[in-house]
Amino acid sequence: MSKEFETVIGLEVHAELKTESKIFCSCSTAFGAEPNSQVCPFCAGFPGALPVLNEKVLELAIRTGIALNCEIPEYCKFDRKNYFYPDLPAAYQISQFDQPVCKNGYLEIDLDGEIKRIRINRAHMEEDAGKLVHQGDITTTPFSLVDLNRCGIGLLEIVSEPDMRSAREARAYLEKLRSILLFAGVSDCKMQEGSLRCDANISVRPAGQEELGTRTEIKNLNSFRSLERAIEYEARRHVEAIEDGEELLQETRTWDEEKQLTRSMRSKEEADDYRYFPDPDLPPLRISRERIEEIRRQMPELPDAAQERLVETYGLPHYDAAILTTTPDYLEFFDRVIKIYPDAKVVSNWMMSELNKYLNQSNLEISDCLLKPEKLAEMLQLIDDGTISGKMAKTVFAEMFNSGKSAPEVVKEKGMVQISDEKALSAIIESIVNGNPKVVEDYRNGKEKAFGFFVGQVMKATRGQANPAVVNKLLKEKLK
Amino acid sequence: MALSPEEVNHVAMLARLALSEDEKTAFAEQLSLILDYVERLNELDTGEVEPLIHILPVFNVLRPDEALPGSSQEEILSNAPLVEDGQYKVPRII
Ligand SMILES: [Zn+2]
Repeated sequence: MSKEFETVIGLEVHAELKTESKIFCSCSTAFGAEPNSQVCPFCAGFPGALPVLNEKVLELAIRTGIALNCEIPEYCKFDRKNYFYPDLPAAYQISQFDQPVCKNGYLEIDLDGEIKRIRINRAHMEEDAGKLVHQGDITTTPFSLVDLNRCGIGLLEIVSEPDMRSAREARAYLEKLRSILLFAGVSDCKMQEGSLRCDANISVRPAGQEELGTRTEIKNLNSFRSLERAIEYEARRHVEAIEDGEELLQETRTWDEEKQLTRSMRSKEEADDYRYFPDPDLPPLRISRERIEEIRRQMPELPDAAQERLVETYGLPHYDAAILTTTPDYLEFFDRVIKIYPDAKVVSNWMMSELNKYLNQSNLEISDCLLKPEKLAEMLQLIDDGTISGKMAKTVFAEMFNSGKSAPEVVKEKGMVQISDEKALSAIIESIVNGNPKVVEDYRNGKEKAFGFFVGQVMKATRGQANPAVVNKLLKEKLK
Repeated sequence: MALSPEEVNHVAMLARLALSEDEKTAFAEQLSLILDYVERLNELDTGEVEPLIHILPVFNVLRPDEALPGSSQEEILSNAPLVEDGQYKVPRII
């Protein structure tokens, strides 16, 4: 990326709301059911069927507005967005056009200790579309199949201002937004299952220029990684076009994960072409200030507050606190360990290194993991009381993670108990020292390295089970 | 207010209608008449009138978040011209 260009990024995020039933009808929202088994005349777009708003959707929208520091106007309404597509049986999507439920908010991202505020233009309620499945090869098949189970599930579309300047900032924004939505209990935010989806608007401009360059919108970004890659690719493409004097089209593009590039989609219909108009089947909403305050009082702890709590209460570095507050489940794990084993930094280290490593390797969520917080606390106590060494603990941890067994069980099964008994170790040291008079001589003549030789021999004789601190102490006395 | 041939084409495209040349001419005329008729509303001075979003003075019609059984897969697909594997079968888009 050339230095003299600046990338300007705004994100549109769709979060599927965590409700039992759909936004305008009572069909179930459960994931993974038989196709078209959670559908009724309303969400299948049959003429005459009428919508009624799910009160939980409104509550979750207000909760999001509070969490994102938004204004929540006293009045909002629903509009119809008209377009034809087979995943949209009514040929219009119920959304909010000019009077959304939330507007003018912000969130803060942490860029290596520097806090940057990203403004949020708006968040509005709308219904999801169905799922289109292409049979066989998408370029040759004459047919697609439509499943309407997802059609009508409540979404919140959260639109940022174009305040991000790099792929890294965009990723930090999406990560923070995901954490906030998870902590606020608004959405599951599973990018793989599509309950959190992200589109990116990108343009580049010469550094220092006020006016924005030609913007493209990139769809199909279903992981943090593809978001970053797609932005980097697209910014490079824009810069090359500008430098080569080629014209950039304002268009919608799709990210091709396999080929790692963006491709042009059909040119987007202009906003006017959606022919938005107020939905006559849905009366408008009046949101009282009392209702907002009531929801505010019931708000769960949010990531920023949780981070502050970890820093203030436990003296953890901001870096640790940020990682521990990525998801509520992760924070809960920490909070449960710390209740039993109060050294926060030790707990944080184990979670950020070993626990994270195994979670990533096994692709598991922390809530599905067999290792429970209480068992990690118990293992840490075993290190402290000298039963196992820090090195042995890593092996114990791996076994606990895989089997869910407790640390004492693993230690017993593997015969891993650390030998801290001074008498037993003295005897072993005695025989090793006596058996190597030459090395003893070297050591006493100032050859420091010889000390390591003895430690190694003791470890070998005890199959790694000797307590290193005790061995060091005894060896020093013996070799004096 | 006469509708141009481009405007008729555009509206037809948005509605996914394939119109013949004769139909385009006929609809341009008819649509223009309708627009003229509605245009008369603009003669009224509405400066002092609150915009009307909804015809009934009703707000906040809500229902509890409770999942209830909808239609069966068989019922919901019974009007579909083409069905496969419990899904609507439609011509490929893109
Ligand atoms: Zn339904």
